[in-house]
Amino acid sequence: MDIKRRQFLKIAGLSTIAGLGAPAAFNLLLKGESSPVSFASSGSSPEASQEAAPTGVRLGMVIDQNVFDAYRGLAQKCITACHTVHNVPKFDNPKDEIKWIFEVPYEKAFTAKSHYHKNEQLHDSSFPVLCNHCDNPPCVRACPTKATFKRKDGIVAMDYHRCIGCRFCMAACPYGMRSFNWRDPRPFIDKTTYNKEFPTRMRGVVEKCNFCVERLAKGLQPACVEACGNSGAMVFGDMNDPHSEIRKKLAENFTIQRKPSLGTTPSVFYII
Amino acid sequence: MLEKALTGSNRYWGWIAVLLAFMAAGALSYVQQYNYGLGLTGMSRDVSWGVYIAQFTFLVGVAASGVMVVLPYYLHNYKTFAKITILGEFLAVASVSMCLMFILADLGQPLRALNVLLHPTPNSILFWDMIVLNVYLFLNIFVGWVVLTAEKKDVAPPKWIKPFIYISIPWAVSIHTVTAFLYAGLPGRHFWLTAILAPRFLASAFAGGPALLILLCLIIKRVTKFDAGQEAIQKLVTIVTYAALINVFFVLLEFFTAYYSNIPGHMHTLDYLFFGLHGQGQLVPWMRVSTIFGIIAIVMFLVPATRKREDTLAIACVLLFFSLWIDKGIGLVIGGFVPSPLEEITAYHPSFQEIMITLGVWAAGFFILTVLYKIALGVKEEKMVS
Ligand code: SF4
Ligand code: SF4
Ligand code: SF4
Repeated sequence: MDIKRRQFLKIAGLSTIAGLGAPAAFNLLLKGESSPVSFASSGSSPEASQEAAPTGVRLGMVIDQNVFDAYRGLAQKCITACHTVHNVPKFDNPKDEIKWIFEVPYEKAFTAKSHYHKNEQLHDSSFPVLCNHCDNPPCVRACPTKATFKRKDGIVAMDYHRCIGCRFCMAACPYGMRSFNWRDPRPFIDKTTYNKEFPTRMRGVVEKCNFCVERLAKGLQPACVEACGNSGAMVFGDMNDPHSEIRKKLAENFTIQRKPSLGTTPSVFYII
Repeated sequence: MLEKALTGSNRYWGWIAVLLAFMAAGALSYVQQYNYGLGLTGMSRDVSWGVYIAQFTFLVGVAASGVMVVLPYYLHNYKTFAKITILGEFLAVASVSMCLMFILADLGQPLRALNVLLHPTPNSILFWDMIVLNVYLFLNIFVGWVVLTAEKKDVAPPKWIKPFIYISIPWAVSIHTVTAFLYAGLPGRHFWLTAILAPRFLASAFAGGPALLILLCLIIKRVTKFDAGQEAIQKLVTIVTYAALINVFFVLLEFFTAYYSNIPGHMHTLDYLFFGLHGQGQLVPWMRVSTIFGIIAIVMFLVPATRKREDTLAIACVLLFFSLWIDKGIGLVIGGFVPSPLEEITAYHPSFQEIMITLGVWAAGFFILTVLYKIALGVKEEKMVS
């Protein structure tokens, strides 16, 4: 746990330098755009992240499906943690639905894989899926306003204040990981668990998992990873750091990504 | 010249009134949508574009097809089209205007639309589409107006307008190519991810657009003294026939690649559109109607007896236009979202307001078209009298 903690502080420090830290804050101040909420809602501006130190960080996540299979209900905990922390509204109908992380059966998560009489694990499992923070993200390529952009540390972030709601990014994401605010989300946020520190969104913009940039900046782990506790179900970190825990996981296990043939190079890996 | 739009018969004003009524109804629905959000439409997380973007795509084609009269006239000096060139250009103006309105109607945050220009992003095809569409709109208004003014004054169009005309020809091709690139470059959407999408777009556009132009010429002949001439119309019929046949050929190529390769991703959407996928086939009746109408229309264009008679020709044009409208204005965009990236099938039913807004934009487009045609034909009638 100790090692984990230390690594986390390191990642947090690096990602702070990479995108959110001094240079970005300076830029914002110089431009006079600084506002208490703008950080979490807009991440850093893409320009700022390009100026940041080239640290070579690439954040990623390894999801150990065996642990999720062993602890049924764990995935739901992760989902609740994420959706609470980020004020994700809850709609009862699939038409308005917004979700940053959710569970799907094997066939939906890994559509191109083929099996004949597939094993029991694949039959019963349900896999947590979230934005893959692709290294070569089609959503960023498609966005006409840079409202969706990739930071130096690999996080694909969003600026809700710049998004025009054209939904080109939703057509472009081959994983179905983006949601649109079809109507005002605010009345559908649970008042009892409302998180004042994270901005709510307005209608007409797209949103998705942000790899918890706002928590990383404070030296915290992503909320879903934290919800997994010591179980090791989710490991998050800098995949380019040879001493990181995630690197060890990747080295020791056979992992797969979703739809690798599309060349998006996802940063979320699964151990099955 | 604008004053020509302000005088007209009762029939003219009646038509304008009908259009205004639809525009008002559309505007009312839009206010509702603006206040509630796009959730008022039938779109959802899985089918995230609907009739608006589909109409937009279809109308880019109609706009591009203006080149089918401009090119023969200006590049090949084909004099027969002299009278209708302006009609093609103004049809393009009305169509691009509709395109822009449909895009605005589809934005979640329409007030931020200018962000596309404030934060130019060359890697986004939508950024380029905005540019080519607006330039094309400008080119057609500009060229049309200058040439018409010259005609009114009974002088030859100024020489300096020529470069603009020549630019407008490849530009017409570019608007539909770039619009196809919106779709054809997205990984994981197999139905759209095909190199033949742009040529197919162009073929169907060069069939549907001139078919509409023929219809407009036939209507104009009834309601005004202006006659485009049998020869010009038959030339347009030839263009429509070739383009429609090429379009059918391209569609068959898609079918071959999908079903012979037997790759599931390539077959799924075609299955969904034409035969039903996992028992779901919301669009199957539409696509079948489109196919049947298309075949009947092509036969009617090929048979001299039905091609030469104005009433049967009009029917053939209506059938073809409707067939292509279903194909592109419904099937292509909505079908492309099925199955979703998680291989789910989500049905899409446009809402009442969504349909009203769509009709409203079409009415606004026809309003622009009517006014522009009224002006152009007013100038031409003046000449005929004197
Ligand atoms: S998973 Fe989708 S939304 Fe996330 S980075 Fe990749 S393409 Fe973009
Ligand atoms: S919806 Fe927003 S984030 Fe997505 S492509 Fe459009 S502007 Fe960019
Ligand atoms: S990384 Fe953060 S934003 Fe992404 S799913 Fe986990 S908790 Fe949610």
